[in-house]
Amino acid sequence: MGSLIECRDIWKVYRLGDVQVQALRGVTVDIQRGEFLAIMGASGSGKSTFMNIIGCLDSPTSGAYRLNDMDIASLGSDALAEVRNREIGFVFQNFNLIPRTSSLENVQLPLFYRGMPLREQRARAAEALARVGLAGREHHYPAQLSGGQQQRVAIARALVSGPSILLADEPTGNLDTESSREIMAVLEGLNRDEGITVIVVTHEADIAAYTSREIIIKDGQIVTDRAKKAAHAGGG
Amino acid sequence: MRGVADMAAFLFLTVTTAFRILGRNRLRAGLTVLGIVIGVAAVIAMVSIGQGAKAAVRAQVASMGTNVIIILPGATTTGGVRGGQGSSVNLTVADAQELKKRVPLLTDTAWGKRDVMQVVYGNKNWNAPVNGISPGYVTIRDWSFASGVPFTQTDMDVAARVALVGQTVVGNLFEPGEEPVGATIRLKNVPFTVIGVLAPKGQSSQGTDQDDIVFIPFTTAERKVLGTQFLGSIGAIFAATDRTEDLPEAVTQIREVLRSRHRLQPEQADDFTVRTQIDIAAIQEGTGQTLTVMLFAIASISLLVGGIGIMNILLVSVTERTKEIGVRMAVGAKRRHILLQFLIEAMSLSLFGGLLGILLGVVCARATTVVAGWPTIISFESIVAAFAFSLFVGLFFGLYPANKAARLNPIDALRYE
Repeated sequence: MGSLIECRDIWKVYRLGDVQVQALRGVTVDIQRGEFLAIMGASGSGKSTFMNIIGCLDSPTSGAYRLNDMDIASLGSDALAEVRNREIGFVFQNFNLIPRTSSLENVQLPLFYRGMPLREQRARAAEALARVGLAGREHHYPAQLSGGQQQRVAIARALVSGPSILLADEPTGNLDTESSREIMAVLEGLNRDEGITVIVVTHEADIAAYTSREIIIKDGQIVTDRAKKAAHAGGG
Repeated sequence: MRGVADMAAFLFLTVTTAFRILGRNRLRAGLTVLGIVIGVAAVIAMVSIGQGAKAAVRAQVASMGTNVIIILPGATTTGGVRGGQGSSVNLTVADAQELKKRVPLLTDTAWGKRDVMQVVYGNKNWNAPVNGISPGYVTIRDWSFASGVPFTQTDMDVAARVALVGQTVVGNLFEPGEEPVGATIRLKNVPFTVIGVLAPKGQSSQGTDQDDIVFIPFTTAERKVLGTQFLGSIGAIFAATDRTEDLPEAVTQIREVLRSRHRLQPEQADDFTVRTQIDIAAIQEGTGQTLTVMLFAIASISLLVGGIGIMNILLVSVTERTKEIGVRMAVGAKRRHILLQFLIEAMSLSLFGGLLGILLGVVCARATTVVAGWPTIISFESIVAAFAFSLFVGLFFGLYPANKAARLNPIDALRYE
């Protein structure tokens, strides 16, 4: 069995008016199951583009991307949606919960699009909320929850579909230090205890410090890729 | 492979989601559907009033009898002064008898003349139209009897002093419960024995009271009551055909016979008028038709405006919820899920508006009947049509915004602020 993520010479080129923007210039990287890794870089470095491609929100202009032994580059928008639904759990900087919709229903969303029976959706969503320590908050609306709690609802939503990867884009960017620590602890726990691959995109070194591998992107290329401590999963 | 049950569950969830989203902004949803409500209510009320009016006209026309043809004399011209329709006395009993002979399509022929005069019974009097008629008239006009019998050809031959009275005349001359049959009434001081009381017919299609009437034999009227300019002059000829389809052919033949009898040259216009029940019904329904077309136009515009309102609010909603759409796509919503969600929201809005409109329309129709006294008929078909149409409006006007939402790029949608 190959790596969970295999990127080979990925290029992403946009046209912005008359200007051609090379957001990614030949990125090659392998990520194993069970890794806890940070993708770092300044804004404009191409790290968001890279994250979008890994997250199957975007397709590379050229190069090969294999996720879980599937060739992603060749998929159409519906198939990509299917892959996102089953393989990827997103956590966003500003939580991106659907307003005026309860925690439980927010968490149900991925299962809803999978066409799962309602009863099962509810049971799994409640279970996911319990895993992030929000049992009893099922019927709260996002506006009734603190930032840290909202982000935990978002993590539960990312978890509920049993994804291969949890992809967190600046997950603590809108949180205070205390909440940030809590959220990183939750992510760390999920990686350590459940072996979920967690990729955190951040520009903060102290957030990256929680992880075991750092990839730094600059001008569309990987400039640094280093393991900081022994990865505790990945079959080893 | 997704089963039918799962698909149904998915649709159910999409619909409940749509309702919850609409419920978030009740006032806006309410204002949005107002156009649909008014449009559908207008359609329902309009159709029920229109159908009520049509039914009333049909009943009035039917009260004239079935397949009736009425022939009236033309206008006189005396020294340049034209007397208007029926002022001439150029129709005669002989004309009527000739028609009976030469137009076999006519199952029955009758004639009559009329005048308004005082009818006296005991110490009461009442002015009513008195018609001298030949016996066939009662059959042609489909009169039935509350009591008594019609007069016969024998009564006609001997110019018997017998009369048939309508309900309005009875009401004005007799005490309640008093039996008119056998009573003696006086017309121009001539005593008549009432031998029959007519069953009520109500208003004619022109609005006159058909029950305010006294019938006497034509010969009696000519010789003793109404008088005559020359013997055999009559006010109108009445005829009937067996089948409605025969009416136009009968009219053609009647005109030929009368034109030849009146010795009219080809270039001369008819000196008489032939009208059939079809003409009268067409005139009556024509006014109703104009009204219906006008109201239908108003309703269509209202529904169009309502639909545009829905489209507008959905476009706003798509923009407002761009980020939400991005999130839904990120967690695995396919384009068709997003499309379906917005379409169902649009149709929920328009259906909700449609149902309110149907309710309001029914209330308006009822109110029209109660307040204005117009007859209304609320047909099941119009309700089904209004329902279907509002669904269609939602579908049609929801398609563009829904498609717009479904075509969003997930990255752009997520990044949208």
